[in-house]
Amino acid sequence: MKVFADGSIFMLNVGYEMKTEIYEKSIDLASQKMLQKAEEEGIETAWDRYEKQLPQCSFGQLGVCCRNCNMGPCRIDPFGEGAQKGICGATADIIVARNFLRMIAAGAAAHSDHARDAVLTFKKMSEGEAGSYRIKDEAKLLSLASEYGIPSEGKSLEEVAGKLADTLLQEFGKQDGHLQCTRRVPESRLKLWAELGIEPRGIDREIVECMHRTHIGVDNDAVHILLQGLRTGLSDGWGGSMIATDVQDVLFGTPQPRRSTVNLGVLSSDKVNVIVHGHEPILSEMIVEAAEDPELLKLAEEKGASGINVAGICCTGNETLMRHGTPIAGTFLQQELAVITGAVEAMVVDVQCVMPSLGELTGCYHTKFISTSPKADFPNTVRMEFHENRAYETAKEIVKIAVENFPNRVPEKVTIPEEKQECMVGFSAEAILSALGGSPDPLIEAIKGGAVRGIGAVVGCNNVKIKHNYGHVNLVKELIKNNVLVVTTGCNAIACAEAGLLLPEASEMAGDGLKAVCKALGIPPVLHMGSCVDISRILVLASAIANRLGVDISDLPAAGAAPEWMSEKAVSIGAYVVSSGVFTVLGTIPAVLGSQAVTSLLTGGLNGVVGASFAVEPDPLKAADLMLEHIDEKRKALGLN
Amino acid sequence: MKDLMIRPERCMGCRSCETACAVAHSESKSLFSAIGEKPAPKKRINLEPVPDLGVSLPITCRHCKEAPCVSVCPTKAIYQDENASMVSYDPNRCVDCWICSTVCSRFTPLYHMILVMGCWTSSMNHNRKVISRQAEAGIKCDLCEGRDMPACVEACPTHALIFTEANEV
Repeated sequence: MKVFADGSIFMLNVGYEMKTEIYEKSIDLASQKMLQKAEEEGIETAWDRYEKQLPQCSFGQLGVCCRNCNMGPCRIDPFGEGAQKGICGATADIIVARNFLRMIAAGAAAHSDHARDAVLTFKKMSEGEAGSYRIKDEAKLLSLASEYGIPSEGKSLEEVAGKLADTLLQEFGKQDGHLQCTRRVPESRLKLWAELGIEPRGIDREIVECMHRTHIGVDNDAVHILLQGLRTGLSDGWGGSMIATDVQDVLFGTPQPRRSTVNLGVLSSDKVNVIVHGHEPILSEMIVEAAEDPELLKLAEEKGASGINVAGICCTGNETLMRHGTPIAGTFLQQELAVITGAVEAMVVDVQCVMPSLGELTGCYHTKFISTSPKADFPNTVRMEFHENRAYETAKEIVKIAVENFPNRVPEKVTIPEEKQECMVGFSAEAILSALGGSPDPLIEAIKGGAVRGIGAVVGCNNVKIKHNYGHVNLVKELIKNNVLVVTTGCNAIACAEAGLLLPEASEMAGDGLKAVCKALGIPPVLHMGSCVDISRILVLASAIANRLGVDISDLPAAGAAPEWMSEKAVSIGAYVVSSGVFTVLGTIPAVLGSQAVTSLLTGGLNGVVGASFAVEPDPLKAADLMLEHIDEKRKALGLN
Repeated sequence: MKDLMIRPERCMGCRSCETACAVAHSESKSLFSAIGEKPAPKKRINLEPVPDLGVSLPITCRHCKEAPCVSVCPTKAIYQDENASMVSYDPNRCVDCWICSTVCSRFTPLYHMILVMGCWTSSMNHNRKVISRQAEAGIKCDLCEGRDMPACVEACPTHALIFTEANEV
C-alpha cells in the first residue's frame, strides 16, 4: 500500500497492469537486445510508457472530444445515451472533421517550416552569408530556375540562386496565383483540383485558414472542412515538402545510388559515436563534414578513440544516408535504444519526432544530449543553437563536445548489438530515371508486360501500437513477392533496410517478374527515395509515369501505405497522396471513427471526388491484399491483363 | 470477496469507465465495432456530477442480493423484486434521508459522508431508465464476468475505481 503526499492511498493490487514480452515489442533482434538491457538496468522506454497509458481514452481514439473553446472541453457519447452535441451545437461529425483538419494543419506546418529553413539557408548562401554551404547540384539549380521563370543567361550561379530563393520564399506567403510545383502534376489532375476548389494557394495561407476554420463558430460542415484538409495537404506535398527536397538537392547534392549500413550495430565500440536525429539536413550535413576534420580526428586519437563515427536516426539520418552513405542507427522507436547501448557520446537533435524522454534517458549514461534548433528545446539538453552564418563552426563545436566525452564512456554499461545490415540507397527520381536509361519507358514497358504488376509507395513512422517494424517489413515483403515494385521513404525505408530488403540480392524474395527486372537493372526491389519530405520525389515520379502514359495519377496501377504511422505529418501526407489520386492504406486507426460521415467519406466517398480514398488495415498481409486488389483493378481499366 | 470500490476524490469526470463498461458488455468487445452495434451496448456505470461539491462520482449499482440500502430505507423508496435480482428506486417515496448512502459497500467509508449529497439516489434514477424489470435482462453491474478486472477499473486513468477486498480499504 502506498500513501501519497495528499493522503490518498494507492493499493498495489489494483490498477491496470499489463506486461508485454520483449519479443512482442519489436521484430528486430538488435532492438530486442536493447529492450532486454533496458529492463535489466531499470530503464524506461516508450513501450513502458505506452503500457502505463492503457487503456487509452475512448473519446480521444474516436476523435469526439473538442477543446477548441473554453466553454468546453466537450465530448460526444459514442453510444448515444449521453451528449450528442457540444455546447456550441457541434455534432460528432463536426468535431471529428475539425480535429482531423487541425492534424493536417500541424503536419503541413512541420514540413513547410522545414522547407522555409532550407530556403533561408539557400538565400544566405547566395548572399555569401553562409560560407559553409555551396551549390552542389548546378544542373538542378538551373532547371529549377527555368521552371520558376528566372533567367540564368549571363548570370552567376549565386545571382540565379538568390533570385530563386526569393521566388521560393514567396511561395509561402503567396496571396494570389498558384504554387509553381503544382504545375508538375498531370493536367487532368490540376483541372480536377481547380474544379473542386482545392488547388492550394500560399503554403502558410492554407495552414492559417485551417486554424481559422476550426476556431469556434466558423466552418461547421464536415465535407467542407475536409476539402480544406485536402487543399492544405496539397500545399505540403506539392509545396513545402517539394520545395524542401528541391532546395536540399541543390545545396547538398541530388542523391545517387550508393551503399551503406543500418541498425544499432553501426555504432562503434572504439570510435566516438555522434548521432544526428530529427528531420533537417542543414546542420547534419555539416556534422558529417566536421567528423572528417583533421583537427578533430587528432583530438579523438588523443582521447583514445580510433575515429569519429556519425550515425543517423529518423529523417535527418535518411538525408545524410542518401547523400553521403552515412550509416543509420535506427528508426523512430530505436532512438532510445541507441542511447541504451551506452556507446553514444552525443545525441544531436534538430526538430520533429525527437522524444523528450531522451533528456532523462541520456542522464542515465554518459551521453550528451545536444539540441540545436532555435525552435526546439528539450529537457536536460546542452543548447548549441545553430545558425547558418557559422554552420561549420557550430558543427565542429558539437563534434568536439562528443570527442571530449569519449573518455567518459563506462565500459561496463556498453553493449552494442552486433546486428547491422548492408543496404543500397539513394534512389532520387533523377537516379531512378537514369537507372532506367533516361526515361520511365522501360518501367512502363515492364508494367505493361506484367513483369511489374504495379508500384507500391510505402512510407511512415513507427507506432508502439504495432510491433516495431512488423507492419513495415511484412507489408513490403508481401508486395514484392507479388511483383509490386516498392518505393519507400522515412522510417519504412529504414525498417526495410534493417530487414535486408534494400539490396539487389533481395530480388530473390520478389516474384519472378520483378526479380528479372531488378536483375536486369541491378536495383533492389525496394527503392529508398529518401526522407519524409522526399515523398514529393514519389509524386514527381508518379507524374512522370502518368504523363508518359497520357493518363492521370489515379489511373496508375499504384497504391500507397503507411503501416505504422503516428505523427500529424503522416496525416498531411495521407491527405496529399490521396488527393493526388493514390489509394492509401493506413496501418493504425486515425481518430475519426467517432463520425460515420467522416469515416465513410475518407474510406469511400473520396473516390468520387479525387479518384482515391483511404483504407484502414492493421494486418500488413491484409493491407497488401487491399493494395494488390486496387492495383489489379487499375491494370484492368488500362486494358492490361 | 473482491468488489469495486469508488474513490471520488480521484474522479476527473472523463467518462472512460462508462465507455469501457459499454464496450465490455457489447457483442464485439471492441470500441471501434461496438459504436456501430444495434442495439447499442448499455453501460452499467454512470458518472454523477455533484455540483454542490464540484466533484463527480462514478456510480455503479451491483443490485446486491441482500442489499443494505434496501434494508435501511424507511419508506421503501428503494426496494427489491421478489427474487431479489434488481434494486429499484421510486423517487416519489423518497424523503431524502440519505441513510441508504451510508451503508453502500462500494464507497470508501471516508466518502459515505459525501453521499449525503444524494448522488446515490440520482444514480438509481439512471438505473431506472435502463434496468428492465425482467431479471434475465440483466442490465446490471456483473463485475465483468470472465474478466480478471472489471473494465471500468481497467479504464480509469486515475484509479478512482479500484477492485479490492472491501476490508482492505
